[in-house]
Amino acid sequence: MDELLREFLTETNESLDVADAELVKFEREPNNAGILNNIFRLVHTIKGTCGFIGLPRLATLAHAAETLMDKFRQGMPVTPQAVSLVLQTIDRIKEILQKLEASEGKEPEGSDSDLISLLEAMAAGGGAAPAEPQVTAGTLVPQVLERPLLPGEVPLDELERAFRETEVEIEVAKPAKAKGRGKKASVEEVPAEAKAVVEPAPSEPVKGAPAKSEPAKPAEEAAAASSSSANNLSNQSIRVNLGVLEHLMTMVSELVLTRNQLMEIARRQEDSDFKISLQRLSTVTAELQEGVMRTRMQPIGHAWQKLPRIVRDLAQDLGKHIELEMIGADTELDRQVLDLIKDPLTHMVRNSADHGLEGPDDRRAAGKSEKGNIRLSAFHEGGHIIIEITDDGRGLNTDRIREKALENHLATEAELAKMTDAQIHRFVFHAGFSTAEKVTNVSGRGVGMDVVRSNIELIGGNVDVRSQQGKGSTFVIKIPLTLAIVPALIVEVAQERFAIPQLAVVELVRIQPGSEHKVERIKDAPVLRLRDKLLPIVHLGHLLGRVSEAEEKELQSGFIAVMQVGNQTFGVIVDRVFHTEEIVVKPMSSMLRHIGMFSGSTILGDGTVIMIIDPNGVAQNAATTVDAALSEAAAEIAGQLDGIDAAVSMLLFRAGSAEPKAVPLSLVTRLEEFEVDKVEYSNGRPILHYRGALIPLVYADQMMEPKREGTQPMLVFSDNGHTMGLVVGEIVDIVEERLEIELPSDMPGMLGSAVLGGKATEVLDVAYFLAQAFGDRITEPEGNSAGRVLFVDANPFYRNMVQPMLRGAGYQVVACESSEDALEMLAGGERFDIVMADVDQPGPDGRTFAEAVRAIPGLEHMALMAVSGSATPSAHERSRMSGFDGCVGKLDRAGLIAALRSVETHYGEAA
Amino acid sequence: MSDIIEVGNVPSTKNQYVTVRIAGQLFGLPIDAVHEVFVPEHVTRVPLAPKEVQGVLNLRGRIVTTIDLRQLLGLPPQDSDRKMAVGIEYKSESFGLIIDEVGEVLSLDEATREPCPPNLDPRWAELVEGVHRVSGELLLVLDVQASLAGVTAALAA
Repeated sequence: MDELLREFLTETNESLDVADAELVKFEREPNNAGILNNIFRLVHTIKGTCGFIGLPRLATLAHAAETLMDKFRQGMPVTPQAVSLVLQTIDRIKEILQKLEASEGKEPEGSDSDLISLLEAMAAGGGAAPAEPQVTAGTLVPQVLERPLLPGEVPLDELERAFRETEVEIEVAKPAKAKGRGKKASVEEVPAEAKAVVEPAPSEPVKGAPAKSEPAKPAEEAAAASSSSANNLSNQSIRVNLGVLEHLMTMVSELVLTRNQLMEIARRQEDSDFKISLQRLSTVTAELQEGVMRTRMQPIGHAWQKLPRIVRDLAQDLGKHIELEMIGADTELDRQVLDLIKDPLTHMVRNSADHGLEGPDDRRAAGKSEKGNIRLSAFHEGGHIIIEITDDGRGLNTDRIREKALENHLATEAELAKMTDAQIHRFVFHAGFSTAEKVTNVSGRGVGMDVVRSNIELIGGNVDVRSQQGKGSTFVIKIPLTLAIVPALIVEVAQERFAIPQLAVVELVRIQPGSEHKVERIKDAPVLRLRDKLLPIVHLGHLLGRVSEAEEKELQSGFIAVMQVGNQTFGVIVDRVFHTEEIVVKPMSSMLRHIGMFSGSTILGDGTVIMIIDPNGVAQNAATTVDAALSEAAAEIAGQLDGIDAAVSMLLFRAGSAEPKAVPLSLVTRLEEFEVDKVEYSNGRPILHYRGALIPLVYADQMMEPKREGTQPMLVFSDNGHTMGLVVGEIVDIVEERLEIELPSDMPGMLGSAVLGGKATEVLDVAYFLAQAFGDRITEPEGNSAGRVLFVDANPFYRNMVQPMLRGAGYQVVACESSEDALEMLAGGERFDIVMADVDQPGPDGRTFAEAVRAIPGLEHMALMAVSGSATPSAHERSRMSGFDGCVGKLDRAGLIAALRSVETHYGEAA
Repeated sequence: MSDIIEVGNVPSTKNQYVTVRIAGQLFGLPIDAVHEVFVPEHVTRVPLAPKEVQGVLNLRGRIVTTIDLRQLLGLPPQDSDRKMAVGIEYKSESFGLIIDEVGEVLSLDEATREPCPPNLDPRWAELVEGVHRVSGELLLVLDVQASLAGVTAALAA
């Protein structure tokens, strides 16, 4: 195809898209001369170029459309029928262009006389219809229709009017200037300038002076705006072949690679001159890479261009009034991603227009304005782009979705009852799910949202919905900015390296002999038990045919990358995990595409090529291998979980010895990792700068060897405004189990041993470590204490656990072992704000204790709180009856403190 | 990737061939098809790939899929480590044909080309366009397009 023609095709297609959108806008604001002029210019340019390259069929068609639009400019009323006709013409032009492209530049046979005659009729009929008298109209029509204009020629009437205008308004000197330029420029420029001044012309001779200043103003502004934007566009952007860009991209990647190799060599040498220039090369390369990456970026508005037209047509078909608002159209994203989201976006906007928005009658009945609103907005958020499609329609019908979900067996009634509305709304993304009562030609066929979701997930994005019945719904799409560069985890399987896109990896679990995590088997399917959930496991080496089944069974150690694809979670066993790297995704040869396990290949820093694992492919394989086994296992686990009552969440970790250690999770304020080299020493004690304060670090085990480099995990405890870090070797897991200390310990810092997760585990005494970190300070009452608590519990474990917890919340705590001691203390005149006591302890029962407390003079209104290992309703009721003010679980940190606060205020009011 | 020999295109009325040797047999590749000749290094094997595909490698920033011509011709694998590759383009993708060694560039008269003997191994017959007699030896003209199409066709089947 000839270069000129190719350029014409791309340019014209773009112009037509713009014209499409502008026409829709124009229909709404028929009096906006700026828009009309813009459309006119676009169509005129198309016509001019067609004539120039010798495409008579296109030229005639464009000419007819132009004539009609010229009528609009002369004041013919703009009717939806007329706009539809012009839109139809634009569609026809597009059709011809497509055939033109397919046939390599030969204009297709055929006649457009049907459209042309309609256009002419509309122009003639419409021209006569307006009541507004037009002096020029009569003479101009025959002029325009007599013969098609030659390329580069300006319609006579325009020239004439422009000419006349220059006489009236002196400041219009621009047309003359434009004419002075090259011939091609004048084709575009002259009408652009001319039309801007044309607008007021017809009105002037008729209406005279008073009307003159008003219509002239917007026209001038529009002229200024359109000419400046035209200049900006032509001066600041050029068209570049995509192939050139791709090649540039490849070369830059190669440059980065070479730079890396040079840097590696430089590191080994001591030549400083060399290093400085290399440094410079390095920065320049990085910038170059960034720049080239940016050339791939395009504003998202490109994907939205067709939407106004679609919404307009839909609105007409459906008899609705719809306004489409677009915000953030200049948000940039990768061209490739842009192409991929175009269809899903269009689909969702159609959905909103069809299902989301009500008809005008319903809207009026609901007290809304007749005009429905669809808002599209896009913005960046942390390496992602968020696109929201909001409508102010009827919202999702939660009940209807619930029914549908039941009907389609997507969930049981019990499951549905537990779900929040938001969870129920998400069913709309399931296959075959449409709640539209009647199928329209627009939507309601039940294929749609699931396709949208899978398309978006395919590019590593996700989609969610928020909806409020009667108010409208919002669909939120989150997609990565680019597919060309992705962070990936480099892993090794059978001595070969592969990249796994990090987006799909949720976490990494290490398996080795003697560790908590090991691969178990149900029948033949390997599974991993992770936090009481059963995870199907696949061996990557096995999937790739590198590891035989026998070898796989003997597997003792390795890593499991827990991956999430869609709603499927599974583990992938690999031999080693190296690091994460930003990889440049390169397409794969067509000969390898059928494998289905890879999504592409990439070149690593050392120059080797490795394959990128396709999480979708792995997911499909994982699904087939372990599905059956899983349902059995799930039943088994569910049975186990039911057996646990009054379970306590314990955080398991390792420090020093191989045996796991544990602390109740509720005591831990935060889990953190710190850089080992950030640790400072004061008075020989390690301290760490943490969240704007210096906190002491205590090692969980004296035998523990501090790491020399890297990061180390710590548990952060807060106690009465003091914060400390308990340094541990590694955090293993969180288990939820009934806690029974079986072997009390004499070791300082240890409460004793308990069986957790089927293993003997040492339970740490947090109070001991707090005392170690802060010395005596901890026991000193603080001035601004929230209250004084007497804590009565026979069990030393709970006394030790609850004390620091309450102190952390700002309370002063005195603990005693028995109710006798407590009563003695209270009778002795010790002032407490609250008494907390275990109701299930030996000695007098709760009621007797409560009565005894209240019998002490002055303590009639003493706040009494029952604590229990479990906060089941029965215990709760019992405590109420026996005169306590409330009951909470001992290790339920949040509940305990909330209860304390409420009793406190209650007590305050009563006193 | 050190020994890159860029092959120039000398205008001639005769057909020019880059000669290569596979298992002792002389083959000729049309010079237009050949982009470069290189030593394949750091080839990454691709699991589950068709057996004709030896692997992928990085050739100056481009990812090249290497095709084992011995495998394609049904010959036993080569025992020595010394290998060469001929870089070609097929359907705008880069491929490297792995061969034993590269010879020279020969200009041969179109007229002297003879059709394949009918008793040639059918697998070879698909890949060979014709035969030239060169200094007491037979040179088989390799149809590069057909060779690569063969790999793709095997996939479809």
